[in-house]
Amino acid sequence: MEDKNILELERRFQEKIDNDIKIEPNDWMPDDYRQTLIRQISQHAHSEIVGMLPEGNWITRAPNLRRKAVLLAKVQDEAGHGLYLYSAAETLGADREETIDDLHSGKAKYSSIFNYPTLSWADMGAIGWLVDGAAIMNQVPLCRCSYGPYARAMVRVCKEESFHQRQGFEIIAHLAQGTPAQKEMAQDALNRFWWPALMMFGPNDAESKHTVQSMNWKIKRSTNDELRQLFVDVTVPQAEMIGLTIPDKDLKLNKETGHYETGEINWAEFWEVVKGNGPCNKERVDARRKAKEDGLWVREAASAFAEKRKNK
Amino acid sequence: MEKQKALYEYVLRLADDSLILGHRVSEWCGHGPILEEDIALTNLALDLIGQATSLLNYAGELEGKGRDGDALAFLRYEREYKNLLLVEQMNGDFGKTIMRQFLFDAFRKPLFEKLQHSTDQHLAAIAEKSLKETKYHLKHTSEWVIRLGDGTEESHIRIQESLDALWKYTNEIFYKDDVDSVLIAENIIPSSEEIKAEWTKTVNDVLEQATLTIPSNNWIQEGGRKGFHTEALGYLLAEMQYMQRAYPNMTW
Repeated sequence: MEDKNILELERRFQEKIDNDIKIEPNDWMPDDYRQTLIRQISQHAHSEIVGMLPEGNWITRAPNLRRKAVLLAKVQDEAGHGLYLYSAAETLGADREETIDDLHSGKAKYSSIFNYPTLSWADMGAIGWLVDGAAIMNQVPLCRCSYGPYARAMVRVCKEESFHQRQGFEIIAHLAQGTPAQKEMAQDALNRFWWPALMMFGPNDAESKHTVQSMNWKIKRSTNDELRQLFVDVTVPQAEMIGLTIPDKDLKLNKETGHYETGEINWAEFWEVVKGNGPCNKERVDARRKAKEDGLWVREAASAFAEKRKNK
Repeated sequence: MEKQKALYEYVLRLADDSLILGHRVSEWCGHGPILEEDIALTNLALDLIGQATSLLNYAGELEGKGRDGDALAFLRYEREYKNLLLVEQMNGDFGKTIMRQFLFDAFRKPLFEKLQHSTDQHLAAIAEKSLKETKYHLKHTSEWVIRLGDGTEESHIRIQESLDALWKYTNEIFYKDDVDSVLIAENIIPSSEEIKAEWTKTVNDVLEQATLTIPSNNWIQEGGRKGFHTEALGYLLAEMQYMQRAYPNMTW
């Protein structure tokens, strides 16, 4: 009897998905769907929050007042994205603090790109242009994701990411047209961030263990390789336009398909960084853990105070 | 002292307060005790950097030597910065950052309230815009001072220690010299007595609700308005000026 019920619920659930009807927090959903979403949304939230660190690294050294204000506003947007996404995960029953503890214990992942260091001002340009540019490719399809709260959060996130991408491109284009020292700084940033940006789309489709199920559930709407290709096709002409060279000797335009073909991604490096062996994995998680530990007394005081006022 | 020179000096003092405090608060970005507060602190920093930009650009105009806001922000020597010693102090823990900001906001709010009616229209316009922001800042920091003071035993001890450490810099807020006298006479700025009365009222009221005690040691440290700073400023400037010093004469 019960099995029959579940089958019927699953049938209705998949029917909604197939008809592009959004799943809402109080709707019945298969446990695997819920867990997949919690994993994906919390990873996304963690990426926003950890992602504040590499750019935050240059706020106090921004070269002028305008750049300083823009960078502050940009990093603040990322904090805001983290906040909506933790809230979206909460609609699925994931407690924010527990979710954050999973990040700190290493159980939960975040985008590996943020485990690379920011070594010059030009990296602020490269991150906006390439990292936010890649993030948009991943995130625009998520505005049509089957889970309502996630899809709606992504609409706003994408608007802001699009602004971030443009501000990054503006920084790097300005440097690329500047003095020889500035141009060198811009090229160096592109050299360091190009390959990690391509890795942001995840393993090749054949290696991606979650893709098929996520596509059926419309949590994911395009494959890793499709999105990566889209990113390369958009970005290569932008680099050419500002006179920078993509650090890939095998890169070429296939005239028949109209797509750029790239050299092989260093997958050994990709998996090492995922495993925790990137240049800044430890520093990033340590910084987040420290913020939480240092803030404990503040959160305790706020709770104690709220309790006192309630009793008054 | 002639009026124009006095006004330049005065606007520079206001600008440096915003610039240096904005820089300090921006150091928190990504490291706040709660996500919501990370966002709030970044907002504070953004408002302060925005105020600094308007004020420094105006100072540059008043000076008339072709320096813009960026040149003033990034290319002066340490002795040429005129901010209060209070605002350059290191962040310390969240409570110390909040206390520093509160003691400053309690001064800035009545100051901007008066300055929005200044006979100098440019300054009045900046004050009017900044006042809106500063009201929020004061509300936010007052609430936190009360929450931390009357929160847990630990938070009470911590925030009291911050108050004790920062109190010696508060007298300088009302520092007055020829610059002020000239501008008060011209109705460009209010007298510091008026501002001090309001500051004292706000501070006493909030500290009382926070169950905090004003330190009995009233030793005074000042010098910022004349360019004599604490050791904290040099490191801040080394970091803030890095790009402009390392890559001179370039645009960004």
